[in-house]
Amino acid sequence: MTVADQKLVNADQTLEPKTGLKIGIPKEVFSGERRVAATPDTAKTLQKMGFEVLVESHAGADATFSDQVYRQAGCQIIADAAQLWDTADIILKVRAPQMHPTLNRHEAELLNEGKTLISFIWPAQNEDLLKQLAERQANVLAMDAIPRISRAQKMDALSSMANIAGYRAVVEAANHFGRFFTGQITAAGKVPPAKVLVIGAGVAGLAAIGAARGLGAVVRAFDTRPVVKEQVQSMGAEFLELEFEEDGTGAGGYAKTMSPEFIAAEMALFAEQAQDVDIIITTALIPGKKAPLLITKEMVESMKEGSVVVDMAAEQGGNCEVTRPNEVYQHHGVTIVGLTDLPSRMANQSSHLYGNNLCHLLKDMGGAEGYKIDLEDEVVRGATVLQAGKITWPPPQVSQPSPPKPAVEVKQPAIPVEPEEVKGQSVIGQWLPLIAVGAALFGIGLTAPPSFLTHFTVFVLACFVGWQVIWNVAPALHTPLMSVTNAISGIIILGGMLQISGPLGSPTTILGAIAILVGTINIAGGFLVTQRMLQMFRK
Amino acid sequence: MTNSLVTVAYIAASALFILSLAGLSHQETARKGNIYGILGMVIALGATALSAEVTSYSTLAAVVIPGGIIGAIVASRVAMTSMPELVAILHSFVGLAAVLVGIANYLQPESGLSGAEEAIHHIEIYLGVFIGAITFTGSIVAFAKLRAIIGSKPLMLPARHFLNIGMLVGSVILGTQFMGAASTSGLQPLLIMTAIASLLGIHLVAAIGGADMPVVISMLNSYSGWAAAAAGFMLGNDLLIITGALVGSSGAILSYIMCKAMNRGFLSVILGGFGAAPKSGGSKSADAPVGEATSTTIEDTVELLKNAKNVIIAPGYGMAVAQAQHPVAQITKILRDRGTNVRFGIHPVAGRLPGHMNVLLAEANVPYDIVLEMDEINEDFTETDLVLVIGANDTVNPSALTDPESPIAGMPVLEVWNAKNVVVMKRGMSSGYAGVDNPLFYNDNTEMLFGDARQNVDAILGQLAALNTKTAVAA
Repeated sequence: MTVADQKLVNADQTLEPKTGLKIGIPKEVFSGERRVAATPDTAKTLQKMGFEVLVESHAGADATFSDQVYRQAGCQIIADAAQLWDTADIILKVRAPQMHPTLNRHEAELLNEGKTLISFIWPAQNEDLLKQLAERQANVLAMDAIPRISRAQKMDALSSMANIAGYRAVVEAANHFGRFFTGQITAAGKVPPAKVLVIGAGVAGLAAIGAARGLGAVVRAFDTRPVVKEQVQSMGAEFLELEFEEDGTGAGGYAKTMSPEFIAAEMALFAEQAQDVDIIITTALIPGKKAPLLITKEMVESMKEGSVVVDMAAEQGGNCEVTRPNEVYQHHGVTIVGLTDLPSRMANQSSHLYGNNLCHLLKDMGGAEGYKIDLEDEVVRGATVLQAGKITWPPPQVSQPSPPKPAVEVKQPAIPVEPEEVKGQSVIGQWLPLIAVGAALFGIGLTAPPSFLTHFTVFVLACFVGWQVIWNVAPALHTPLMSVTNAISGIIILGGMLQISGPLGSPTTILGAIAILVGTINIAGGFLVTQRMLQMFRK
Repeated sequence: MTNSLVTVAYIAASALFILSLAGLSHQETARKGNIYGILGMVIALGATALSAEVTSYSTLAAVVIPGGIIGAIVASRVAMTSMPELVAILHSFVGLAAVLVGIANYLQPESGLSGAEEAIHHIEIYLGVFIGAITFTGSIVAFAKLRAIIGSKPLMLPARHFLNIGMLVGSVILGTQFMGAASTSGLQPLLIMTAIASLLGIHLVAAIGGADMPVVISMLNSYSGWAAAAAGFMLGNDLLIITGALVGSSGAILSYIMCKAMNRGFLSVILGGFGAAPKSGGSKSADAPVGEATSTTIEDTVELLKNAKNVIIAPGYGMAVAQAQHPVAQITKILRDRGTNVRFGIHPVAGRLPGHMNVLLAEANVPYDIVLEMDEINEDFTETDLVLVIGANDTVNPSALTDPESPIAGMPVLEVWNAKNVVVMKRGMSSGYAGVDNPLFYNDNTEMLFGDARQNVDAILGQLAALNTKTAVAA
């Protein structure tokens, strides 16, 4: 609330919307959903971009944002949901549209032609909904379909929600765990630290590691993707490893299904860990598939009484055999937490981050003035599932590099718009250099003697090799690269060496000797200084 | 050693050179790459020395040993901040060697070539000497500019493009004379051309200003490679050709990367004259940044550093000039020990050499995994509490993105202004190399810390260290 209070001060200076584009924030109708798609803060950001913001009455009540605060932030409060859907040009929501309990109409039917809906859609799981929305001839952008590339990180609502869920999972675990997380030696006796095992080190897993570490627990983590080892360790957890070589990194940085041998080894590890740890938090998901079963009934039963299992994959079938979705219960003295609404349980925080994600997306789409659904934009293209009633999902396949911070960003090929028109000119443009090179080669072939051609072949091939190799050099190593190539180009002293064997006083010998002298300075200096530089680079 | 053995040794050396460059693509393998390079060089030189064509070992030893010693001394003495100068002067040596080898080769007794072969041989010599001479004098001028022996301002002769073209045409005319000359009587046109090419080299580099140095150095690197390749052609030596081509393409790629980082065409950099264009355009003055730059104190900066969770440091050439990398590294360490997330954002053309900042920070023991490229870090500025800009200006200028009239429009820059606070350490309000005013300084969230970068950084370090011991005592 303090955040909102600060904003009251300058609420009067609210910018007048210029374009008249209206954004509507309806109240979420999913039962138990507390989040809202815009907070007073993000509403102000939207207004700065030139949008007018309409908020359904009580939309933010569960996230501790009262209508009053929205009003002070310059939003218009609309009591009736149907009216809101009618007036707004762009609807921002959290949950995918569903049956509206009080209006008795499906939310999809409230979406009029030409309007835009931005929310979580899960198009792969909700084909019927997609069809239903398509009939409305509207535009729909799915926040869950935003591509995972560096530029889109600020719009990545899946990550921001997963972050919150991971934190909350630890809070829930702490709630049901009857002991301290941190180890203490007190006058009344010694308390050992709680041991937490986090399975799956995605965004949620890492957030859970951070939160558990923050409370003082000993944290171990496991993931099938070896690339996350460093991230896990940087959060202060121990990374458990199998003595087994298999990389579980799949497309887009998500995990893939592993081989049966791997799974057997993995299960043995979990069985062993289950007897040792106090809390298990599982976050293992494979896109588009049922969550993998990692914690069997036997493992749960082997855990100490009073232990807690938080299954963050409960909605997708659960990583734990005994998980009951949306339920917290005890199994053999072990509390199994199968909550599926973890982000919603921190509605204020989630709404804020989700609202920010939406703001970034709308900004990327040009704000109010330049607002357009630009399918040329890789991010917007990925998110758009319906354009004017046409299903545009799934987007053209582009495999993205896996690490969260890709060192090299794969350039996404631009989607050709009018291929026929462009073709005519580009054919000539493309072939002209090739033809020129071909002609030049032909000329050389006609006139040059064979001895030259052998050398020429070597030259051209070496150029290609150099070209291929150098592109891989990391920018940080450009200076060492230059000094090494410098040293190597000192090879020119070979020319001098071949010339100094004539009579001692002849000009050829003298010139050759000087060439060798300067060339040697180059070779020795170049290699040694490179060695010196490289020794300084350290992790 | 038989000829076949020498050839095999050359193949091994070529492979090792390629492996050497490949090794440099990652930090982990870079050292191995350098060792491959040394190994390749030893094999190549050893095989050549043992071949039938080389007999006068005393002469060889008399020049190789002092050369090696001089090189070793220079390499161990040079400060990391003067790395650009060293690289430049080493390039000039390759150029000089190419010129000498070319002329010596021409003076060598009849090679028994005739007809087209002889003509091609002469072209190879001529080209090799030409490129070598440009590399030689160009690198010396670059060295002098980097050493501040001569000013780094571009030299703007009237009709300089015509001068360049005139010199090129002259070289071509002399070339035809050279081709027509019998036996070694072509020496005169060859030498005149060498003089002209030397002038061309001087003029080309003199016309390029300080901030374009990364491009110039990469370009000279490339030239030195082509010169070696040309020498290989005239001697019929495949190893020289391969090595020259490798180095040449390496330099070409680096030049391309540097040009791209400045959003400028290669030709416009080479032909020079950037920043001297009339900048009094009417529309510009209307867009000139308004407002006042707020200046801050060391104490306030320390306060900001203390409270920040996420800090990004954006260093530029100013840090190298002030030799401030060591105190900066210590500040980084103190902050990291306090739990602050400190990272470095490096613009590709920061400094005077590709990768210059990385080398400086590495020298000061900054772990390389917190030194990030512009593309890696640009997204993160929004979540950053404090950005310290140390001696950088054009690489953090927002007008590159916002003002299409700006001379640096379209150049990718570090978007530091997205952070909550920015502290710019600078000597004064003067504009950067590009002569463009920087609206960043007038932003509400920007504060200027004027003065010598080294002194300021030292002062900040002192206060942070004092603070740390105080808290340690309190605990």
